[in-house]
Amino acid sequence: MAKKRSTFLLTMLSFGMAFLYIPMILLIIYSFNKNKIVPIWGGFSTKWYKVLFESEEIWQATALSLKIALVNATFAMLLGTLAGLALVRFGRFKGRTVFTGMITAPLVMPEVITGLSLLLLFITMQDLIGWPAQRGFTTITIAHITFSMAYVAVIIQSRLAGMGQDLEEAAQDLGAKPFRVLLDITFPLLAPGMLAGWLLAFTLSLDDLVIASFTTGPGSNTLPILIYSRVRLGLKPDINALATIIIVAVTIGVVIFGWLMLRQQKQRERDMHMAGQD
Amino acid sequence: MDTGSKPDFEDRPWLDPDQQPFIRIQGITKSFGPFVAVDNVDLDIYKGELFALLGGSGCGKTTLLRMMAGFETPTSGKISIDGMDMTDVPPYERPVNMMFQSYALFPHMTVEKNVAYGLKRDGLPKAEIADRVSDMLSMVELSAFSKRKPHQLSGGQRQRVALARSLVKNPKLLLLDEPLAALDKRLREQTQYELMSLQEKLGVTFVVVTHDQEEAMTLSTRIAVMDQGYFVQIGTPTEIYEYPETCFVADFIGSANMFEGRVRETDGKVCLIDVPGFEQPFQVEHPANIPVGAKVWVAIRPEKLLLSPTPITETGLNILKGIVDDIGYYGNSSTYRIRLQDDRIIQVTHPNQRRPRDARHVADWEDMVYLGWEPASGVLLTK
Amino acid sequence: MWRRLGEQLQSGWKVIVVLIPFIWLLLFFLAPFFMVLKISLAESVIASPPFKPLLQWVSDSAVSINIVFDNFLFIWEDSLYLDTYLNSIKISLISTILCLIIGYPIAYAIVRATPTAKNVFLLMVILPFWTSFLLRVYAWMGLLADQGTINNLLIWLGIIDEPIRMLYTEFAVYVGIVYTYLPFMILPLYANMEKLDINLLEAAADLGAKPMMTFLTVTLPLTVPGIIAGSLLVFIPATGEYVIPDLLGGGNVLMIGRVLYSEFNANTDWPVASAVAIVLLFLLVLPMMLYQHIQSRESES
Repeated sequence: MAKKRSTFLLTMLSFGMAFLYIPMILLIIYSFNKNKIVPIWGGFSTKWYKVLFESEEIWQATALSLKIALVNATFAMLLGTLAGLALVRFGRFKGRTVFTGMITAPLVMPEVITGLSLLLLFITMQDLIGWPAQRGFTTITIAHITFSMAYVAVIIQSRLAGMGQDLEEAAQDLGAKPFRVLLDITFPLLAPGMLAGWLLAFTLSLDDLVIASFTTGPGSNTLPILIYSRVRLGLKPDINALATIIIVAVTIGVVIFGWLMLRQQKQRERDMHMAGQD
Repeated sequence: MDTGSKPDFEDRPWLDPDQQPFIRIQGITKSFGPFVAVDNVDLDIYKGELFALLGGSGCGKTTLLRMMAGFETPTSGKISIDGMDMTDVPPYERPVNMMFQSYALFPHMTVEKNVAYGLKRDGLPKAEIADRVSDMLSMVELSAFSKRKPHQLSGGQRQRVALARSLVKNPKLLLLDEPLAALDKRLREQTQYELMSLQEKLGVTFVVVTHDQEEAMTLSTRIAVMDQGYFVQIGTPTEIYEYPETCFVADFIGSANMFEGRVRETDGKVCLIDVPGFEQPFQVEHPANIPVGAKVWVAIRPEKLLLSPTPITETGLNILKGIVDDIGYYGNSSTYRIRLQDDRIIQVTHPNQRRPRDARHVADWEDMVYLGWEPASGVLLTK
Repeated sequence: MWRRLGEQLQSGWKVIVVLIPFIWLLLFFLAPFFMVLKISLAESVIASPPFKPLLQWVSDSAVSINIVFDNFLFIWEDSLYLDTYLNSIKISLISTILCLIIGYPIAYAIVRATPTAKNVFLLMVILPFWTSFLLRVYAWMGLLADQGTINNLLIWLGIIDEPIRMLYTEFAVYVGIVYTYLPFMILPLYANMEKLDINLLEAAADLGAKPMMTFLTVTLPLTVPGIIAGSLLVFIPATGEYVIPDLLGGGNVLMIGRVLYSEFNANTDWPVASAVAIVLLFLLVLPMMLYQHIQSRESES
C-alpha cells in the first residue's frame, strides 16, 4: 500500500520538476540556435550572445535595473525589518490593524492596481508640489520599495516568531534596556533573515515589469521593460541568450547557497558530536 | 551557662517574629482579559530560602514568577524585595535574575560572553568582569568550555552556563523556571544537589517553579501549592506531605488513599468516622473539634499501612481486609493494589526488607491480606 | 540636555520604529488608492492630465465640486467589462484549482523526503521563482507557438499533420498562470504540512485504516489552512494578471489587467481605468481580507 503511494508521489514530483524546468532548459538550448526563427533548429552558434553584448540599449537598461534593485533592496530591508519588528514585538498599538493591512496587502495586490495607483499619486504630487518633475529612477525605486518591504516584513516576522521571546527577556533580565536588547540580541540573530529579505527584494525589483511600466518616464527603460517591448512582437533569439545568462547566474547563486547550507549543517553536526562526547 | 530555651529559627526564619520577610507579595492579582491567572495572593519569602511554587499547568505559578522577574505587570497588588517596592520596576532594573526553562543562552556568544553579559551591562571594569566570570565558571566546573558556543555543549552543560550567568551578578533573588524539567533522571538528581549546595554557599534566595512534586520536596525549604491562581497551602515539605490541609494537596503530593465519610463521634483527640461500606468506624487522631455528622475525608498514605498475610494482632490499629489485585515491583519497594470489601482499590507500599529465597513478595496475587494503620497515621480533611 | 534627549529616545524609540514604515506605507500605498478613487469619480477630458479636476475655484469664495459616476455607469452598462471581470475570475479560479491539483502532491512528496533531499527539492522549486518571471512566460511562447517546440515534436512524431493552435488562446493563458504561480501554491502547502509533521500524524492514525482513508480523514482536513493560503496567493494576483494574457493570450483573451492597461495607455482614459481598478479592488477585497486574517492568525499562534 505504502509502496503504491510512494510511486505515485515520486511520479508527481518528477513530472512537477520536469514541468518547471523543461521550458527553461529549452530557452537555454535555443539561445545557441543559428536559426533566427527560434524554435526551429538551424545549427549551433553563439552569435546571439555577440548581438546581445553589442546592444547599447541592453547595457543601459541593465545598469538602470541594477541600480534600482540595489537601492530598493537596501531600503526595503530596513523598512521591512522595522515593520516586522513592530508587528511581532510591540503588542497592541494604535493603528495596528491599519498597519497590518497595509503591510500584507502588497503581497497579493494585482500589480496593475499598485502601478496605476502609484502613477496617479506621482502625477498628483507633481501638480501640487512640483515633485517628481520627471519620472524614472526615483519613482520606480519608491514604487519597488513599497511592495518589496512587504515581502521582507513577512520573512522577518516568521524569523522573530521562530526566535521566541526568551532570549530578549533573558537579556533584559540581565540588565539590558529594550534598545540595547535590539542591538545585542535581536538584530544579530535576525541578520540571516535580513539578508534573505535583501536578496528577495533585489530579485523582485530586477524582475518587475508592470509597476515599473506605470511609474517610469520617457527614456528610463528597465531591463524587463526593454525585454517586454521586444518579445511582444515575437520570439527573439538574443532574448534567449539573455535568458540563459540570467538562468545560469541564478543557478550558480542557488548552488553556492545550497553548498553553504550543507557546510553549515556539517559544522552543526560536528559541534553536536563534540558536545555529546563530554 | 544557661543558653535559655530560645527556639532555633536559623533554618526556619518564617517562624521568627523578629524576622522581616525578604520578599513580600501582597494582594497580587493578574488577569488576562476575563481570565484570572493569579488571584489576590499574599506570600512572604525569607532571605536564604529555597522556595518552591508547585502546581499543575495553568495554576498561575509561572505568571507569578514572571511578575517577580518583571516581565508581567500585576493587575493589582504590590511586590517588595528587600524592603523596596518593585511592582512597577522593569526587569532590567531589578536586583533579580532568572534562569529560564529553555536556558535562553545567546547562541551567537561564547560561554564566557554569555556569563559576562550581565556584568557588562552594569558597566564594570573589564578586569573585574573577567575575574568574576572565571570564578563563576570554575564554581560550575565549566572553565574548560569558556570559549565554546551553546550549540557545542550538552544539555547539562548548557544548564550550568545558564546557572552561572544568572548568579554571576549576585542577585538578591534568583528565579528558576522548571530547572530540572529537561534533564534525565540521573542528571536531575545530580543537579538537585548541586543547586542546593550552590544556594547554601552563596546564600542567595531562590524561588523555583515546578510541576514535579518530588523536585519540590527534595529541593525546597518551603513549598506553596498553587491551584487556579491561588495558594492552596504553604508549608515545609514535611508539613505539606504529612499535614495536608485539603484533599487537593493530599492527592497532589505523593499518593493518598481517600475515604469519604461522616463524623460519628469526637472527643477532641480521636474522631470516629463512619465510612460507607465498612462496619467498623475509622479511628483518626485529630486535635480540633469537628461537628458530628460533618462530611470528612480520611487520607492514608500508602507507606503508613501495615501489610500482613495473617490477621494483625497489634491493638489500637484500624484494620482493613482485602485481596491483592496487583503488585508493582520497584526493586527497593513494592506497591500493592488491594481490593477492599467495598470493591475499591487502595495502594499500600511496602519496603522489600528481606531477600526471599524464592523471590516471593510479602503477599502474592489473589492473596487475602490484612492491613492496619494507626489513628495518628490518617489525616482528617474537611475540604 | 543630551541626557534627557537620550532618555526620551530610549523610551520613544518604539514609536519611531513603527512610524517610519507606517508613514511610508501611508504615503505610498494607502494615499495612492485614494487617488484612484478620486480620479474614478472625475470626468474625462482631452487634456493633460486627461480628467477634469474635482475641485475648482469658481470665484474668490466658491468652489465647485465636480464628481461624476459616469465611469462606473459606463463599466456597468458595457457588457464587455462585465464579461471581462467574469472571465478573469473564471480563468483565475480554474488556474488556482489546477495549481492545487498539481502542487499538492508535489508538496506532499517533498515533506516525506529525507532531510537532504527535502532541501534539494525546495531549492529546485524556488529556483524558477528567482529567475525572471517575464522570461519564463516568454519560454512558453517558444513552446506553444505554431512553429514552436511542442508542435514541432508532435509533427516529427507523426501524431499530427498540422500545428495545433495553442499560442494566443485561453489554453496558453492557463498554462502560463499555472506555470508561473505553481511555486506560490507549493510553498505555503509545504510550510503547513511540515508544521503538522505529517509522517507522525499518519503513522498514529494508520492503525488498520486504509491509507486513502487516513489521507482523506486526517491529512486533508488538517492541511486546509495551507490550501487556503496557497489558493489565495494564486487567485488574487492572477485575477489581475497583465503580462500572461498579453504575451500568451494575445488580443484574444479577455482579462481585466489587460483591459485596465489598455484603457490607461491606449485610450488615455484615466477615469475609466481608475473605475475599472476600483471595481477590481472591490471584487478582491474579501479574499484579501481573508488572506490577511490567516496571516495574522499564523503570527499570533
